[in-house]
Amino acid sequence: MTFKILRFDPLKDEHPRFQLYRHEPKPQDSILEALKDIRNQQDPSLSFRYSCREAVCGSCSIVINGRISLACRALVRDLGSEEVVIEPLPNFEIQKDLIVDLKPFWEAYRKVEPFLQAPGAVPEKGHLVVEKDMEKVFQYITCILCACCYSACPVATRDERYAGPAALAKLYRFTLDPRDERPFSALERVNGPDGVWGCDTVFRCNDVCPKDVRPADGIEGLRRKIIAGKTRRLFRRKP
Amino acid sequence: MLTHDLLIVGGGLAGLSAALSADPGLRVGVISKVHPVRSHSVAAQGGINAALANHPNGVDDTWEKHAFDTIKGSDYLADQDAVELLCRRAIPTIYDLDHWGVPFSRFAAGTIAQRPFGGAGFPRTCYAADRTGQVLLHTLYEQAVRRNVTFYDEWLVTDIIVRDGKLHGLLTYDLAGGEIIPLRARAVIFATGGYGRIYLRSTNAYINFGSGIGMAYKAGIPLKDMEFVQFHPTTLCGKNILITEAARGDGGYLVNAKGRRFMEDYAPKAMELAPRDIVARSIQTEIDKGNGFDNEYVHLDLRHLGREKILKLLPGIREICLHFAGLDPIDQPIPIQPAQHYSMGGIDVDATCASPVEGFFAAGECACVSVHGANRLGGNSLLEAIVFGKIAGESASLYLRDGPFEAGGDKELAETARALMSRMRSIHERKAGENVFQLLNRLKRLMSDTAGIFRDAATLRRGLEELAELRDAYRRVFIHGTCVRYCQEMVVLVEFEHMLEIAEVILLGALNREETRGSHFRTDFPKRNDSSWLKHTIITRSDQGPGISYRDVQIGRYAPQERVY
Repeated sequence: MTFKILRFDPLKDEHPRFQLYRHEPKPQDSILEALKDIRNQQDPSLSFRYSCREAVCGSCSIVINGRISLACRALVRDLGSEEVVIEPLPNFEIQKDLIVDLKPFWEAYRKVEPFLQAPGAVPEKGHLVVEKDMEKVFQYITCILCACCYSACPVATRDERYAGPAALAKLYRFTLDPRDERPFSALERVNGPDGVWGCDTVFRCNDVCPKDVRPADGIEGLRRKIIAGKTRRLFRRKP
Repeated sequence: MLTHDLLIVGGGLAGLSAALSADPGLRVGVISKVHPVRSHSVAAQGGINAALANHPNGVDDTWEKHAFDTIKGSDYLADQDAVELLCRRAIPTIYDLDHWGVPFSRFAAGTIAQRPFGGAGFPRTCYAADRTGQVLLHTLYEQAVRRNVTFYDEWLVTDIIVRDGKLHGLLTYDLAGGEIIPLRARAVIFATGGYGRIYLRSTNAYINFGSGIGMAYKAGIPLKDMEFVQFHPTTLCGKNILITEAARGDGGYLVNAKGRRFMEDYAPKAMELAPRDIVARSIQTEIDKGNGFDNEYVHLDLRHLGREKILKLLPGIREICLHFAGLDPIDQPIPIQPAQHYSMGGIDVDATCASPVEGFFAAGECACVSVHGANRLGGNSLLEAIVFGKIAGESASLYLRDGPFEAGGDKELAETARALMSRMRSIHERKAGENVFQLLNRLKRLMSDTAGIFRDAATLRRGLEELAELRDAYRRVFIHGTCVRYCQEMVVLVEFEHMLEIAEVILLGALNREETRGSHFRTDFPKRNDSSWLKHTIITRSDQGPGISYRDVQIGRYAPQERVY
């Protein structure tokens, strides 16, 4: 098989280039295993991220034959081609080869205050939470922060101030959590074109998410909450 | 020079827990060779133990019973005072985690749900479906973000700088910048995890080289009970991805090629829910006897649980099977085989997480308190990482309150940095030599062949001889090319040196311990021997080589008895 891999060291090279490698992986090998074999046997200077190799740590997101995927979960036997083109995630600066700088992704994450806000003391026997209510957040907690959604998002491409799908879905996860008591004003921060109203609703994020989080559902949910909150305020009802 | 009061190495559960419990007035930094949420804690699945007594079949559960199960599970090698501390603190720890936002699965009453696990008298494992490690790690990271903890992401620690018994700081390799950078610190907590990737078959992340343990050893800090290596019974055949013990806790069967639930022959009462050492040995015995499939694996059968239960309790396992094995556990049994999973041994620390070197602490899998003894129970590792991570943060803060006011050692730090840089340069200048990735494969094969589930003196001796050859080959190692940024070859080259030390200590400890206890099974000494071996192995490095000594186990209210399940 031919592996056509994007190489770039911004400190040394003027432009990215593709480098070709011949490698015969086993059909059950993942692209990550193939990349490691190529590096270990042919070119130790090739750089890419990885950790868990079981699709739960979110390190190895790359573009394989034009599709944004986790390298550890994309299997050679499913490629259906003898040539594989491998590129780094779009919407980020390349740091080296397949490694990108996720800074905008993490900044957006930090901005939404991605932590439970339960100001009271720790309840003696834990919080009592209705089983079904807790299960509502389960859709969102499977997110592994791999940034696939952010790199597929057309809004993030044209506007780097946009929070992106993962951060907004994370915020929605907390607003769904019965233990969370953040004030309505916390939603005001995403009530604009950098936030929930920036979304084009083309659902590229849902398509590429390797964990079926459907982050756009979270964006939709936040929009509904914001509108409902505003309406309640208009009529001076208690939230 | 970058200066901190306290440097924590490792961004997994133990490291983050330490960062959250450290005195907020201190200048704390967390160094991690990957972004913290990429740490291996994220891959834990089944749950975390605490005697909350929420399960209808667990209303009589108490922390004392949790302690007893842990001690019996450890084959009586755990220090009983430390186990009691762990199990007592488990209960408030779960409520703290719940208050921080961990989305634990719930019972209909709204309480935190609990499931049965191996070696436990009651269902006491709290969980979030089968993604418990992920939600715990993400939640602790969220809390660290909330508190504005300083992180050094993608920095690899290469050396601990200790001179004349005094700790000065750490040497690091900043992957993105490609530079060697010394950091000054008054105290250090190691939370660097296990060494699974010293074996060919391991459930561990690719990054788990365990170099932190070897680094501590090199700095003169003793290692404890390193011969005790846990092999998990159920890992996906081939890729060795973990298939959680919860699959058996929730009712899964182990079946051999003859269609028999063979655990009947090994643990007739506990069956599939015997502790891991026993189940892993039973599976391997069945495979070795020719009762496996393709001489490679047996089946973990979940089909009788039904679609609904699998989707609700084991969605992550189903996802792993679908994507990595191309099968649906709702319709087909899962091919499984044992693989290395966890390190019971580690850096020798006491129940305050302090090591013999002042100012140096350790917690989590890299440390050995010891609460797991010769075999860890499922659901106790997440607990240990969080509880002892917290204790380490508290102990280090206390030490710093009364300890040295200024970090010193600028000269020592600069010298060590220069020495590493010149060593790297000379390795770079070599035009030919050994490829470190090939050496790593040789080490993995060696450890799998000689220090696996079954051991004997002749094989362990052969392991030590081959290890000496590998050590020799490592002296001739070289680096291809000139790139220093995000250079994984350099990472492996640095970590490999420490892995050699770990391998030697495991082999030596295993060769000397002439008995069978927990995960350490000697075919030439197949019985536990309390009169000679109810003691911890302590191995300390010196110029003359490794020095072995022993320390008595802390026995409390539970006298050692025969371990029957």
